[in-house]
Amino acid sequence: MQDSKHVERQHGPTFEKPKDLKKALKNLAKFSKKYMPILIIGVLCAIFSSIFSIIAPDHLSDLVNTITNGIMTGIDFDEVNKIAKLLIIIYLLSATFNLVEGLLSATVANRLSQSFRSSISVKINKLPLKYFDSHSYGDILSRVTNDVDLIGQSINQSLGNFIAAVALLIGSVVMMFHTNFTMAITAIISSLVGFSFTAVILSKSQKYFIMRQKELGKMNGHIEEIYSNYNVVKAYNGYKSANEKFDELNYNLFLCNMKSQFLSGLMQPLMNFIGNFSYVAVCVVGAMLTMNGTIEFGVIVAFIVYVRLFTSPLTQIAQSLTSLQSAAASAERVFEFLDEEEMKDETDKVKKLSVNDVKGNIEFNHVKFGYEPEKTIIKDFSIKVKPGEKIAIVGPTGAGKTTIVNLLMKFYEVTDGDIKIDGTSINDLTRENVHDLFTMVLQDTWLFEGTVRENIVYNKSNISDEEVSSALKTVGLKHFISTLPDGLNTVLSDSESISAGQRQLLTIARGMIKNAPFLILDEATSNVDTRTEELVQKVMDKLTEGKTSFIIAHRLSTIKNADKILVMNGGNIIEVGNHEELMAKGGFYAELYNSQFEM
Amino acid sequence: MFKLLKNLNKKEFGIISVMSLLIIGQVWLELKMPDYMSEITTLVSTEGSAMSDVLVQGGYMLLCALGSLVLMAIVGFLSSFTSASLSKKIRKRIFDKVEEFGMEEMNKFSVSSLITRTTNDITQVQMFISMGMQLLIKSPIMAVWAILKILNKGIEWSVATGVAVLVLLVIISILMITVLPKFKKVQKMIDDVNNVTRENLKGIRIVRAFNAEEYQENKFENKNTSLTKLQMFNQRMMSILSPVMYLVMYFLTLSIYLIGAKLIDGAQLMDKIDIFSNMVVFSSYAMQVIMSFIMLAMIFIMYPRASVSAKRINEVIDTEPNIKNGTVKTTLKDKVGEVEFKNVSFKYPDGQNVVLKDISFKAKKGSITAIIGSTGSGKSSLINLIPRFYDATSGEVLVDGINVKDYDLEILHNKIGYVPQKAVMFSDSVYNNVDYGENGKPKKSEVTVKKAIEIAQAKDFVEAMPNGYDDDVSQGGTNISGGQKQRIAIARAIARDPEIYIFDDSFSALDYKTDYKLRKELKKNFKDTTMIIVAQRIGTVIDADQIIVLEDGKCAGIGTHKELLKNCDVYREIAYSQLSKEELENAR
Repeated sequence: MQDSKHVERQHGPTFEKPKDLKKALKNLAKFSKKYMPILIIGVLCAIFSSIFSIIAPDHLSDLVNTITNGIMTGIDFDEVNKIAKLLIIIYLLSATFNLVEGLLSATVANRLSQSFRSSISVKINKLPLKYFDSHSYGDILSRVTNDVDLIGQSINQSLGNFIAAVALLIGSVVMMFHTNFTMAITAIISSLVGFSFTAVILSKSQKYFIMRQKELGKMNGHIEEIYSNYNVVKAYNGYKSANEKFDELNYNLFLCNMKSQFLSGLMQPLMNFIGNFSYVAVCVVGAMLTMNGTIEFGVIVAFIVYVRLFTSPLTQIAQSLTSLQSAAASAERVFEFLDEEEMKDETDKVKKLSVNDVKGNIEFNHVKFGYEPEKTIIKDFSIKVKPGEKIAIVGPTGAGKTTIVNLLMKFYEVTDGDIKIDGTSINDLTRENVHDLFTMVLQDTWLFEGTVRENIVYNKSNISDEEVSSALKTVGLKHFISTLPDGLNTVLSDSESISAGQRQLLTIARGMIKNAPFLILDEATSNVDTRTEELVQKVMDKLTEGKTSFIIAHRLSTIKNADKILVMNGGNIIEVGNHEELMAKGGFYAELYNSQFEM
Repeated sequence: MFKLLKNLNKKEFGIISVMSLLIIGQVWLELKMPDYMSEITTLVSTEGSAMSDVLVQGGYMLLCALGSLVLMAIVGFLSSFTSASLSKKIRKRIFDKVEEFGMEEMNKFSVSSLITRTTNDITQVQMFISMGMQLLIKSPIMAVWAILKILNKGIEWSVATGVAVLVLLVIISILMITVLPKFKKVQKMIDDVNNVTRENLKGIRIVRAFNAEEYQENKFENKNTSLTKLQMFNQRMMSILSPVMYLVMYFLTLSIYLIGAKLIDGAQLMDKIDIFSNMVVFSSYAMQVIMSFIMLAMIFIMYPRASVSAKRINEVIDTEPNIKNGTVKTTLKDKVGEVEFKNVSFKYPDGQNVVLKDISFKAKKGSITAIIGSTGSGKSSLINLIPRFYDATSGEVLVDGINVKDYDLEILHNKIGYVPQKAVMFSDSVYNNVDYGENGKPKKSEVTVKKAIEIAQAKDFVEAMPNGYDDDVSQGGTNISGGQKQRIAIARAIARDPEIYIFDDSFSALDYKTDYKLRKELKKNFKDTTMIIVAQRIGTVIDADQIIVLEDGKCAGIGTHKELLKNCDVYREIAYSQLSKEELENAR
């Protein structure tokens, strides 16, 4: 369910309603403070533009009156020219304000989107890792792109439209009453009758649009599953059930598509009809009044325009409101993310361990920890590690091996107890300082789209090509890289035919460049075949000489020569010793070790 | 785009012709209205006309308006029906096509791209068709008809309208030429922003461990700035469109009145009223002309995006899968459960390197064949040839004595229980995940499914789940561990009751103990089932009837553990890298 939900968000705007509209708007206003002056100027421009387009018909009717009055007696061309010149100025001013408003909202909308995206990007790196355990990447990505886009678009299009439409609506009502009371009542009543229909249709079609987005989300989920698992679908002849479900979803989607499209397509013709209906009403009433001699013909001409000015903003207001509403929902999602609790501030930490002076002692002192408060994973973990020791951690899945690393790296903070590096508690060190002390290589081979060199050097500066080459040579990739079309400058992308093992070796090379006093290898060689592993192992041994290192491994062969092997189960160390000692003991480790030969 | 329209059948073309007729009727009604308007205008401005006449004309006009509304509603219904059913049909075609695809085509397109093609791209096309169809039929009819109506009403006005249309077209084309190419780039830039964010998220531990937060943020900011610049440019350019459109429309109205004033002034007394009502009529027709040109322009603005989508859809539909279905539906009885490779070589369709070279071996019924070798030695490629995910480049792969290329794929797959390297889960209950697909036999009984789960060493943890066998496995399978997923995937293969098991490194996510127990159970329960196992651990392969050692796609040795230890260097190296000499000798 959770999955289909975020898939749905990724595709097209959903018509979500904000949970707390006021708060979302308040936040939005606070965030866009910097752009407020421009925004206000934009809004003023929209209002001015509307005012000018409202007074124009008045003058146009003057023009027509001048012509009709002069039909028999000769037209007063001085007057006509005067009015025409005035009209040209009014039209130009209206267009200019309109244009300026458009340019300003485009600027604000994009700058705002930009700073939203930046804030999210910065925020990602300030959140505790815990956050990412419970939130999918797709969801965060969707906030960076879809939600921010939606906000930007609404501000660019709807905000200006909305304000202009409101101004137009108020203005045209005022002008209508100013021109003629009876006619104004006629025009307004006749349009409003039509609008009640439109409102009904709009709300109906909204419902189908929401349904469509939902169906689309379900469809997406199904397709994703079948496409990405296609080898199993194929090998298990799972087509029949896949097709049945697809056909069902496809049919539902078809129905929602058709209904939502039909209803929303009705809007325009209906608006036309309302326009025409009001036109006739205005003409008939106008004719009566003209015949009575109450009004001049020019008034009718003016009203024909007013009716149009009055009816078009109503639809625009309705549409802008919907769009602004979904923008508010998006803003809520973005702010929800931006307001997430960040990692503790560490500016007050003054202690610092220098990379060059660290001796290499590490001590875990009665460490307790749980990812969730009520679920303790590490119950009581204590160990002293001497400089240069090679510590291996083994144990079944879920024993808490990676958790130990997470705590050591200060990705998570211990619930109770303490971890000390050279006698200094890591609580007194900044995360940045701790990270500087460790080189970490993970099973998850993380490479990004960029050149081989960029991937190896990463954020280190002043690394020469020789150093990169020698790191590559150490991991045995030098030859392979030289066979690539652009050597070190070859861009790594997903499509590139680099095997999992080679990727792993590249990440090890990256770790070598960092060259920190402590080393953590979390299943770092499990993607490499055993022979390459042996080679890497030798390299690592050389690299770890004099350095304290932690190795988590699945394959027990990897860790046989460790100084200490910690056997973990259920969050505790149940055995400690080197390979020989543990084998002699005949406990959990020995059993684990022997099981690989049994058959 | 036009290619996709070929998916329309006769009925739908019928609907489109009906639509065209209705639209013609609707345009007729719409253009009739200004006539009544002018009648009303004349009546109103003439002294002494009867009120009833105004009402009659107004009534006619309302009838026209109502008729036009009804026709438009019908047209709207027909066009939504047609476009929705077209998109349904295209979606089905893509889905069916993708189901035919082999690994080669899957990798060529990539799963995520195929998903967007099946959903987003179709939505784009559908939107274009439903809007475009109406506009494309309507606006030319409207434009031509409106022009015909006003053509003889005054050459001066016509010229003014012509100039206005020309100005509009020029402005729209300039905008399109400058902005459209950039529109196409926006998607790419959004992808970039997405990529950098995804990269940061996926590597969050590494980013932090390297204190590279700033590095990532700078990278993001670069992409962010380019995207913002491009979008800002586009949106600013587009914001020119609406004021200009209105300006042209207003100026045209004004010129029509000014020209009218001149004409009236110079005309005979009798013609003056005529010219005046013509002027009012003309101004409303002229608006119709301009509007239809704006509508046409909109189609051209919408077209490029939809056409990119259409192209992407056609790419999928036009791809012919390389793997063609065979016809054999029977089995050679005496060779059931036998897999044989005869001088098989293989290279990936686009690849340069030979992945497998001259591999020959025979796996007899009920035997265990293990395949071992270093990363990239071709282990997975070898077993991918058995269920025909790929076809051998040369040589023959035989299952039950028949070349796999000759089989009807469904029959071939019924013989095989395949477990991929990465366990695949469907978002469904544990039970349904095991009872998945069809094997050409009656539906699996509950006993079979539960037994399979037990053999796969999954019974204990499944029964410990809150809802037991009915507990849902989420798609990514985040609620169960990797090893547990793998066991469910193995249970799925067992429940299938196949002739041949293929395990593509399926045991490496299991700890040694479970691995051992599972293999023991398999051996006990399925004496007659052939097993082909890809493995990395010596412990997993040590007991196989034959071990095939692969090195750079070539067979470096075939034999039992003991034989290979004696005469195969590559095997010895692998073995020693994992276990010491004594351990290896003590193992048996």
